[in-house]
Amino acid sequence: MTVQAIAMRQTPPQAPSPPQGAGTAIDCRGVTVRFTTERGTVTALQDVDLQVAAGSFITLLGPSGCGKSTLLRVVADLIEPTAGSLTVLGDKPSVARERRDIGFVFQDAALLPWRTALQNVTLPLEVGGGASRPGNRDPRELLALVGLAGWEDAYPHELSGGMRQRVAIARALVSGPKLLMMDEPFGALDEITRDRLNEELLDVWAKTGVTILFVTHSIYEAAFLGQQVLLLAARPGRVRELVPVELPGERRLPVRETVEFVQLAGHLRRVLETC
Amino acid sequence: MSDHALDPGAGLAGAFTDDKAAQAKFLAHQRRLLWRKRILPVVAIAGLIFLWWAAVEAFDIKPFIAPSPVAVVQTIIAKFGILMTNLLPTAIEAVLGFVLGNVAAILIATAFVQKKTMEEAFFPVAVMINTIPVVAKAPILVLLLGNGMEPKIAIAALICFFPTLVNMTRGLRDVNPQALELMKVLSASQSEIFFKIRVQNSLPYLFSALKIAASTAVIGAIVGEWIGSTTGIGALIIQATYNFDSALLYATIAVGSTFSAAFFGVITYAERRILKWNVGRAV
Ligand SMILES: Nc1ncnc2c1ncn2[C@@H]1O[C@H](COP(=O)(O)OP(=O)(O)OP(=O)(O)O)[C@@H](O)[C@H]1O
Ligand SMILES: [Mg+2]
Repeated sequence: MTVQAIAMRQTPPQAPSPPQGAGTAIDCRGVTVRFTTERGTVTALQDVDLQVAAGSFITLLGPSGCGKSTLLRVVADLIEPTAGSLTVLGDKPSVARERRDIGFVFQDAALLPWRTALQNVTLPLEVGGGASRPGNRDPRELLALVGLAGWEDAYPHELSGGMRQRVAIARALVSGPKLLMMDEPFGALDEITRDRLNEELLDVWAKTGVTILFVTHSIYEAAFLGQQVLLLAARPGRVRELVPVELPGERRLPVRETVEFVQLAGHLRRVLETC
Repeated sequence: MSDHALDPGAGLAGAFTDDKAAQAKFLAHQRRLLWRKRILPVVAIAGLIFLWWAAVEAFDIKPFIAPSPVAVVQTIIAKFGILMTNLLPTAIEAVLGFVLGNVAAILIATAFVQKKTMEEAFFPVAVMINTIPVVAKAPILVLLLGNGMEPKIAIAALICFFPTLVNMTRGLRDVNPQALELMKVLSASQSEIFFKIRVQNSLPYLFSALKIAASTAVIGAIVGEWIGSTTGIGALIIQATYNFDSALLYATIAVGSTFSAAFFGVITYAERRILKWNVGRAV
């Protein structure tokens, strides 16, 4: 991507969004999600209020089963909230989804095994009327962006776990979403690979200006990536605290050795222990 | 693209190093495996034929009880014309039955997956029909369809139908739920989900069913010919048995099996070509 193209991407979209939604990517008000099964009703999310500014990077941290995935899925219109109202990029989630404003990276990459890396990245352009969107990006360029130039024709079973996740990220970016949901995308990777992909993800974020909601179980990952860390408590799932991340200097891996980072991680851990 | 520090990625892109020796070793290993796979069954079959020959010679078994392999080969050469004119109708019946049975199974599986009610209503019926043994279905179909090729084709089709129906229904249905969620995020239509996910997902299941069907279709055609037929491998088997012509009986069976194996081979070849992404994993 050229510098000019980056600049163009960061200008506001051609069709101006409604004023109240212009600066807010996600607006949750009293969102509650309940699941009813034969074993009873589970309240996955209880009265979640959350405003996410456009272009921000929010990481979600919380004990297993506290509703992190559920929150991502409500925002992406994969499930409907039981109660409460939800606005995504100024519209109903389903409208945002149909406009292709939402990209989703699943926990286990979820690549289609019968498609090559390139074909997997191209999939969003083939379905749901995705071919004609103005924000579409070149799949090959995106594969290069995530460091997979030369691997276009490899099938998923020929790729390592980290490479599959990169393909999934490229796929989520191909229709130029304004909002990217990432559900523990690097959970299964070794720490070194995870560090690399963290830095790369920050680069992608800086380049594309996309709003990111990122679920993780790692306190360090949450603190390193996020501008804010959203701590959720379990049973019922609810917002515990939205912790701003203020770190000195550039967001590169060595920042994790600063006093500020260590203090922040300590604070997150103490809150998490009570969630 | 060049303005950026993505070197770790660039390092990964170079993961294919140009190690000629290792590559050659890998290819040689692959070739050895392939030849093993080809030669071992040939050796096994040759060994069994030798044992058969030795047994017939050693125990002085009468030709009308069991022929020696030499006699069988002689019969195949001497009666090649007769064997081939009888193979032709059987082959046509088997192939037509195979196509008919599998197309029907694929269409019905599609309907089952689209409409759960259809499956709940008709799957038990399919199970019940499947429990009727072929030898019992054959006379019923001969009565219904007459003495021509039709009842044999119908039997071959019926015998192929069930495994394909079961496998295809599973293949169309057992899709990775995250793939479906992905399609929802992409606002894909039902037909896009069907053709880009379900059909692709079902192909490995379909091919394992087709490989079963390739041999059972031939069996179906042969069993069909046992009842009131004058040509075909099945008819020839009955004739040879009545005439105590054990050499001809064995020769006929050998020809039928060879055709069956060839049919299986064609399907396996098609699977390799079409399911490139799956073959790598299966091996
Ligand atoms: N489809 C569903 N049907 C029934 N219950 C569900 C469903 N999805 C989630 N739940 C329940 O909702 C709660 C929250 O689930 P969720 O997957 O959002 O948790 P999570 O925070 O992502 O956990 P983890 O960190 O383990 O991924 C859990 O108690 C889970 O059992
Ligand atoms: Mg989860």
